Amino acid sequence: MGELVNIFIKSAFIENLALAYFLGMCSYLAVSKSVKTAFGLGLAVIFVLGITMPINWVINTALLSENGLFGMDLTFLRLILFIAVIASMVQLVEMVIEKVSPSLYNSLGIFLPLITVNCAILGGSLFMVSKEYNFGESVAFGLGGGFGWFLAIVAIAAIREKIRYSAVPGPLRGLGMAFILTGLMGMAFMSLMGIDPAAF
Amino acid sequence: MADVQVAKKEAAFGFGKKERKLLVDPLNDNNPITVQVLGICSALAVTTLLDKALVMSIAVIFVCAFANLFTSLLRMYIPKQVRMIVQLVIIAFLVTVVELTLKAVDYNIYKELSVFIGLIITNCIIMGRLEAFAMANNPWRSFLDGVGNGIGYGIILIIVAMIREFFGKGSLLGYKILGPSSDFLITIPGYQPNNLMVLFPSAMFVIGVLIWVHRAWNRKLIDIS
Repeated sequence: MGELVNIFIKSAFIENLALAYFLGMCSYLAVSKSVKTAFGLGLAVIFVLGITMPINWVINTALLSENGLFGMDLTFLRLILFIAVIASMVQLVEMVIEKVSPSLYNSLGIFLPLITVNCAILGGSLFMVSKEYNFGESVAFGLGGGFGWFLAIVAIAAIREKIRYSAVPGPLRGLGMAFILTGLMGMAFMSLMGIDPAAF
Repeated sequence: MADVQVAKKEAAFGFGKKERKLLVDPLNDNNPITVQVLGICSALAVTTLLDKALVMSIAVIFVCAFANLFTSLLRMYIPKQVRMIVQLVIIAFLVTVVELTLKAVDYNIYKELSVFIGLIITNCIIMGRLEAFAMANNPWRSFLDGVGNGIGYGIILIIVAMIREFFGKGSLLGYKILGPSSDFLITIPGYQPNNLMVLFPSAMFVIGVLIWVHRAWNRKLIDIS
């Protein structure tokens, strides 16, 4: 159990998907104009990452690996299968959210289908493969990575809401400032690298 | 649908003013990275060294051009509801081709780029161009649009990688240029390369400043809101 907590903390803070690997930057920059939508998108990402990671783990070990169902190395199909799982899961999440919470569905709008092309999701699955996690660890990694991404987008949205009232030079306003802020946040998160997750 | 009909009347393989605009527009006024904010993830991660950025740019130009071409060829036969999945399959196929080719040709670069080659699939530039352009235009113009956007992306990548490698390591493409010891081309005793440039936040700063410079020079892009 402690091992899983370690992976959760490590993936959420130390190897933050958004601020250490720059994954999911497109939606991170596009949707971070207000805290409310950022919050919704962050939750959706945690959810999708938490679901797709174990499913992709099962596909990778049970179907694609040499000891799998077909008994041959099918890893060249990995990208296509992973993206298909992600696309269908996002579709499913979209239908569930539409049913359960129409207000969240409306506020997320176009960003929900965009999660399919959010590289944090596919990147998370590919990292999971390259780090050779087992099933439990892949769940912890998915949830932790999603939580880290959620934290990053909510934090930048809050800063961007405040900085709108500051005197930023014209050409730097908006996008340029968002980049520099993210860089500063990345530096702040780098200081968390000194934490030893085994101490928890 | 109007676009489709207009496109049909024009010559299929001409290269006039409109075609040139398709190639040139993404370099400045409609740059994928600094204006459309697409494809940022890979732009940040692969720009620590110039050779990585070059390989990545070539891969993206290839995938973007051919994904646009194939989608445009198939656009009459793709049902609206499943178009995302069809597009993703086309892109995933092309990326797999790139990945396997790179693995065979240069294994070291392949190892260094690790997951980022696979992540070309989710590079929003490609998806965005397929949705916005290839679904409504003829194959030749879509191909040009793909090449143009790939180059617009590549230029920014190469500029950022040059700045980061030069100031971070004092070298370009692995050739040592500026440094403290005598094996560098220009030797300055006591010179220390800026290690921050190799770390990830610097990519953000460099692109942020690049956007600043770009918008100060091309003032119609300034964000008024």
